[in-house]
Amino acid sequence: MHVMEGYLPVGHCIAWGAVSIPFVVAGFIKIKRIIAEDRKAMTILAMAGAFVFVLSSLKIPSVTGSCSHMTGTGLGAILFGAAPVSVLGLIVLIFQTLLLAHGGLTTLGANTFSMAIAGPFLTAGIYAICKKANMNKSVSVFLAAALGDLFTYCITSVQLAVAYPSEAGGVMASFGKFLGLFATTQVPLAIIEGILSVLIVMALETYAKPELRAIGFNKEA
Amino acid sequence: MEKKSNKKLVIFLIILCVLIAIVPLFALKGAEFGGSDDGAGEIVGTIVEGYEPWATPLLENILGGELPGEVESLIFCTQTGIGVGIVAFFLGRFVQRKKDGKDQ
Repeated sequence: MHVMEGYLPVGHCIAWGAVSIPFVVAGFIKIKRIIAEDRKAMTILAMAGAFVFVLSSLKIPSVTGSCSHMTGTGLGAILFGAAPVSVLGLIVLIFQTLLLAHGGLTTLGANTFSMAIAGPFLTAGIYAICKKANMNKSVSVFLAAALGDLFTYCITSVQLAVAYPSEAGGVMASFGKFLGLFATTQVPLAIIEGILSVLIVMALETYAKPELRAIGFNKEA
Repeated sequence: MEKKSNKKLVIFLIILCVLIAIVPLFALKGAEFGGSDDGAGEIVGTIVEGYEPWATPLLENILGGELPGEVESLIFCTQTGIGVGIVAFFLGRFVQRKKDGKDQ
């Protein structure tokens, strides 16, 4: 989901950064509140953050013949809601930007928006809908995490398309090109992310009932 | 009883993940498997001929060039390691706690 350093015009960089800031601030406040309410939540939050670390570091070969990686942000969004994940995602993005030259400081705002805000919000939304519809919990987690992962790359495609409209066809034509690369590459990975999120939730439900209760994630869907 | 079917499901899901990840490697022999980030850069290059990014990563500025591949994999592994360490540490504690019957 990384837009590389120097690949977005200055105006876009600033705009995406400005859009992202309120979400990150809201996330920060919510994290503080979650921890203040119950210290037990800290361990689950740490695990959700660690999950982002792991998944976003694994580059996986895909059907298009190029590699991509997962976002890992779905799990946190399902457990805590979307806002806190924006902070977790930002931490990972900064890590990768500074130490790996992946993504970039100029594109940090855009990357934060796609991976740490848009994706998690869609995940949280889908999960809420599934919950309302009384769907099986594992299926809900899978759908929410997988589609959130995919959505992150759709947003990246939008960001690039807006910055680079094609001469013929404008923004939409460019969007198609970027989406063709990102989305097709990402589909199998999104499925893996969905499955891994389900596995972690299953493990937590078996072994970490008190913590899940502390963060208000009940066993009964 | 419920646990047993869970176990099978978990094993099945793990195998499925591994398969999804590995099959493209064998199905698309000779493909480059470069990063899709770079692929996006190439598309930008086809839309705006000869596009040059206007900024370079801080790290590359300091190093005066790209991060060597081996070192890059080291840092990626470090990232994975930190994550797996935290997840495994807490999960291990949870499992033991349940064994001790203190999880209520």
